[in-house]
Amino acid sequence: MAVRPAPPAPQNRRMTAIQITNVQKSYKALKALGGVSLNIEEGEFFGLLGPNGAGKTTLISTIAGLIRPDVGSIKIHGHDVVTDFRNARKNLGVVPQELVFDPFFTVRETLRLQSGYFGLKNNDKWIDEVMHNLDLTNKADVNMRALSGGMKRRVLVAQALVHKPPVIVLDEPTAGVDVELRQTLWKFIARLNREGHTVVLTTHYLEEAQAMCQRVAMLKLGQVVALDSMAQLIRRISGSQLIVHLSHGDLPDDLRHLVVPEDHASTNGSGKKYHLRVTEYGEVEQILARLRASGAVIDEMQLQQADLEDIFLQIMDGGSL
Amino acid sequence: MTFFSVGFQTLFYKETLRFWKVATQTVAAPILTAMLYLLIFGHVLEGHVEAYPGVSYTAFLIPGLVMMSVLQNAFANSSSSLIQSKITGNLVFILLPPLSHWEIISAYVLASVVRGLVVGAGVFLFTAWFAHMSFTAPLWIIVFALLGSAILGTMGVIAGIWAQKFDQLAAFQNFLIMPATFLAGVFYSIKSLPPFWLAVSHANPFFYMIDGFRYGFFGQSDVSPWISLAIVSAFFVVLAIIAVNLLKRGYNLRH
Repeated sequence: MAVRPAPPAPQNRRMTAIQITNVQKSYKALKALGGVSLNIEEGEFFGLLGPNGAGKTTLISTIAGLIRPDVGSIKIHGHDVVTDFRNARKNLGVVPQELVFDPFFTVRETLRLQSGYFGLKNNDKWIDEVMHNLDLTNKADVNMRALSGGMKRRVLVAQALVHKPPVIVLDEPTAGVDVELRQTLWKFIARLNREGHTVVLTTHYLEEAQAMCQRVAMLKLGQVVALDSMAQLIRRISGSQLIVHLSHGDLPDDLRHLVVPEDHASTNGSGKKYHLRVTEYGEVEQILARLRASGAVIDEMQLQQADLEDIFLQIMDGGSL
Repeated sequence: MTFFSVGFQTLFYKETLRFWKVATQTVAAPILTAMLYLLIFGHVLEGHVEAYPGVSYTAFLIPGLVMMSVLQNAFANSSSSLIQSKITGNLVFILLPPLSHWEIISAYVLASVVRGLVVGAGVFLFTAWFAHMSFTAPLWIIVFALLGSAILGTMGVIAGIWAQKFDQLAAFQNFLIMPATFLAGVFYSIKSLPPFWLAVSHANPFFYMIDGFRYGFFGQSDVSPWISLAIVSAFFVVLAIIAVNLLKRGYNLRH
């Protein structure tokens, strides 16, 4: 599949937060990563999307140093995750996908310990702020075992942020959690991103990715099959659809090539309903004018924009960018 | 030098706090077990066995039981912590930060030493009431207690890294650590053994830890404490190299 290269670098070039170069990883016959290359710039909110088994978590684990690549290299703020792992890890905070915790400790002890592992003593001011922002303050002295799943997830996020890493990687941070946590989490992460932290997100909730990410990479079978800004992706794939319900008349022949292939004209009462593909807004007026000229009467119409889910499904179904 | 880094200190503190939070299981229980050994074996064999001239059997037994407790608990500390963290997945909290393999192994081993010494001191305090104990060469006591617990702490790290399941670790403990400890002269002097088993005991590094430790109390031992020190030190160096190498390679930890 064709892989579109990363968009040209902006004029005021920022530092590359994560530089992934030809990373390959195999487990016996299974090729988990088949030569992934991409750069994530400093301050970006980047989405890593793909179906189960696409290689997202393998890639994140490789970034985090939990998995060592067979081939290729990864650098965090210029530090190789294998040969210069200490500096690479200081710059990185990872929220793992699995809901893991140490049952011996309270929330505050857990965060103090994690802070210490990163070489930070007397970090209570920031720990308190992180707990406040994740609504954990009233659970500070509660043992991890006594927390609900959602609360444990918050602590995982707090652990990743405890050393104020410039690069934050969130592997499915909202999987199976309630709306309240999602809102709390995204508010805090968005704030950190505004303050300059680079955020890399994997999620199955595509609406989250669409709302938060400036740029996304889509992985399929260990390969990057799409890499572009969110706006460009949406513009390039599928376009939008004009849904028209005609109470009288029918679609003229010269507009039939715009009908979305899988769409079949449906009858609704006395009229017919069509989904027409439009690639730019100027086409809408032309279509309406042509319909009027043919004598068709529009009873109802709706302009439906493609969303990330459409793009995702289209790409995973075999399409590419 | 990163040995006294905040990362090392924190991991050491965490490993110490971890066993201290469940001290009933990790400290009190092994002390009780050692006392039961003393009461049963001391009662049955006192007056029947004289391992060293002028030393009662109960007095002979106490340093052996103390050292056995030190060794077993030092092993249990690092190995159980690592296997639990691996199985539950929270080892990721140690693997994600910028901790070097030296910091990780030093912290785990030192916490094992602390637990071994705490349990050993407890066993001694509760068992010393049953016999007249002397301290002929206290420096040897300290040296062998430190080296023995460090060795078993390091073995615990190796076993914890190697094992993927609890039963693998249990096999390591039951088929290696336990027999090696029991057959190292805790309950008897190896001089009382037939030649074959005497030779086997001399091939057991645990014997030198216990024999050297006992020398510190009575000024008597089956072999010279200097020979024991050399063998035990060499054993520690070999194990430390293996453990550091496993951590450096990320064996069973980083895939």
